[in-house]
Amino acid sequence: MGETSADQGRYWTANLKCVAALLGVWFFVSFGCGILFREWLDERFSVGGAPLGFWMAQQGSIICFIILLVVYAKLMNRLDAKHQHGGEGDR
Amino acid sequence: MSQDAYNYLFIGISFALYIGIALKQRAGSTKEYYTAGGGVGPFANGMATAADWMSAATFISMAGTLAIGGYDGSRFLMGWTGGFVLLTVLMVPFLRKFGKATVPDFIGDRYYSKVARFVAVVCAIFICLTYIMGQMRGVGIVFSQLFDIKIATGVMVGGAIVFFYAGLGGMKGITYTQVAQYCVMAFAYTIPAVFIAIALTNNFIPQLGFIGNYTAGGESVPFLEKMNTINTDLGFSKYTDGSLSKVDMFCITAALMCGTAGLPHVIVRFFTVKNVKAVRTSACWTLAFIGVIYLTAPTIGAFSRVNLISKLNQTSYAEAPQWFKDFENTGQMAWVDKNGDGVIQYSGPKRSESGESGKPFEGKPKFDGDKRGASGERLLTNKVVTDNPNELYFGNDVMVMANPHMGGLPKWAIALLMAGCIAAALSTAAGLLLVLSTSFSHDLGKKLINPNLTDKQEITWARFASLGSLLVAIYFGIYPPSDFVAKTVAFAFGLAASSFFPTILMGIFSRRMNKEGALAGMICGIGFTAAYIIFFQFGGGEGRPDLYLFDISPEGIGIIGMLINFAVAFTVSFFTPPPPQEVTDLLDHVRYPDAEGADSEISIH
Repeated sequence: MGETSADQGRYWTANLKCVAALLGVWFFVSFGCGILFREWLDERFSVGGAPLGFWMAQQGSIICFIILLVVYAKLMNRLDAKHQHGGEGDR
Repeated sequence: MSQDAYNYLFIGISFALYIGIALKQRAGSTKEYYTAGGGVGPFANGMATAADWMSAATFISMAGTLAIGGYDGSRFLMGWTGGFVLLTVLMVPFLRKFGKATVPDFIGDRYYSKVARFVAVVCAIFICLTYIMGQMRGVGIVFSQLFDIKIATGVMVGGAIVFFYAGLGGMKGITYTQVAQYCVMAFAYTIPAVFIAIALTNNFIPQLGFIGNYTAGGESVPFLEKMNTINTDLGFSKYTDGSLSKVDMFCITAALMCGTAGLPHVIVRFFTVKNVKAVRTSACWTLAFIGVIYLTAPTIGAFSRVNLISKLNQTSYAEAPQWFKDFENTGQMAWVDKNGDGVIQYSGPKRSESGESGKPFEGKPKFDGDKRGASGERLLTNKVVTDNPNELYFGNDVMVMANPHMGGLPKWAIALLMAGCIAAALSTAAGLLLVLSTSFSHDLGKKLINPNLTDKQEITWARFASLGSLLVAIYFGIYPPSDFVAKTVAFAFGLAASSFFPTILMGIFSRRMNKEGALAGMICGIGFTAAYIIFFQFGGGEGRPDLYLFDISPEGIGIIGMLINFAVAFTVSFFTPPPPQEVTDLLDHVRYPDAEGADSEISIH
């Protein structure tokens, strides 16, 4: 049993790290690029004919969100598979 | 074939499809009624969730909101899609693992309290009722325009159809119907955008045209630069700049995100898939399907704004295109000839003397019967605002509804758009109706009033509850309490952000959070948010933005309510006893993956 709870702890920490990293990116692309640094980005960079900050707010952030979810599903499903194995060996 | 014939054909085919699917997939047990038996594939569930998510208001008005607000409209784009990310990484995998059929179930068990369950049920019912009113109104408006019937009749017809397949068919019935509805919506939304992108920017992918060059009329300048020039020439702020303050923009976006993550009708859609792995895959598909429409919305908004201004501004009423007169007849557009020259002039707030309002007249258009003015326009009884030269009124929904007309699209594309509007309204209404009926039958009926209900009785309760909620929704669809609906939607999001979201989040991620903390947090969060919104929307603070706390409008206050909820909950839980052993065991179960290959079952009892 002790090993199971140690394994649970590792799984949970790995899960929290994964979520924290993804939400960091999430905050950066939406609130960061789309709102807080929008003017700064608008003045300096552009995507085609669109100023970057504005483009991030209306298109870029959504594209990043989709990529984030794909990465999340991949990472977490792999993590689940790894720890399911350990859990079963314990029984 | 006439336009009417096309409309009847497209809507007839789509309805036959929805009802046929619903009949084939009728639910027989509570499990099928609440969660479609738990065996829906991730791809199909992704489409169904996307349809559930996209309400009539989003489908019809979002492009218009973007067209009018420019950059300001981004708060809805980022808020709603960003909220979905929160929902996926913070809530649904764990709620699915928990394995109960409703959100109040989780809150009731995690906080071992009937009071907490009751508060959650009331919030769920309030959020869903607010939403469904708007959907029924939307169905009514589309039907009344199409078939030339009264809005009231349209609302009732829509209600009957929704009851038929959601009330009777349950989750199993609506899931596959929503898949079909998503397909209709996606085509209806993107096809007009493609045509217009080709006409304006010579690029058949709207998103590329949006960042490409404006090529209509022989010139070739970046499209958004053209857009900014048009805006500043007419006295608006630059399209890519907007006018909301940074703090407000930040808070509204955050409140929409957290509110979205707490929407019960979207959360329950993830209880229909096989296991946690399928939840994650399904969420990817959902956001990708939502993205198809959300990435197109800003392009439709911007393109149709250019089209609308170039076709109407400085055009005499006599020469204005026919669609303008059609939409004038339905009250979605109006023109008041302030300077008496017979020519339509459109301008923004910077042309007015106060520099603030660019409204042609006060409020929504109220026509003076069928009376016509000197140029043939419909006369209005509204008080004309005389400090600015703007003469043109148009509602948000015109940008999508008039889009195919402005672009000169074929008749079938217009009919498809109508079918899409109805699909958007019906799919969301069905999802909401299901949560409403489960809240009454399962959370109130079985868990709080009479635990001895049998499976059969529970479904009967659910069907009656859905009939009851639908009647309320139909009533408010026919007699909307003025612009009450629009205001209460802000309310619903604020409430979800200050109650469901933080409470579920702490329930999953904090081992120490107990009943006392969660309840105190919920009550303070809801209390603060509700008081602030009621004061500024309905009470003494109406029209007094100078009194706003930290410059935050009622739309964005939910985020402060959420912080209050967190702060109060952690403080109170610190001074009260920790939760019992069963609850921490339950948490371990929720947090840790099942043995390989196992399909976690949803339990109803």
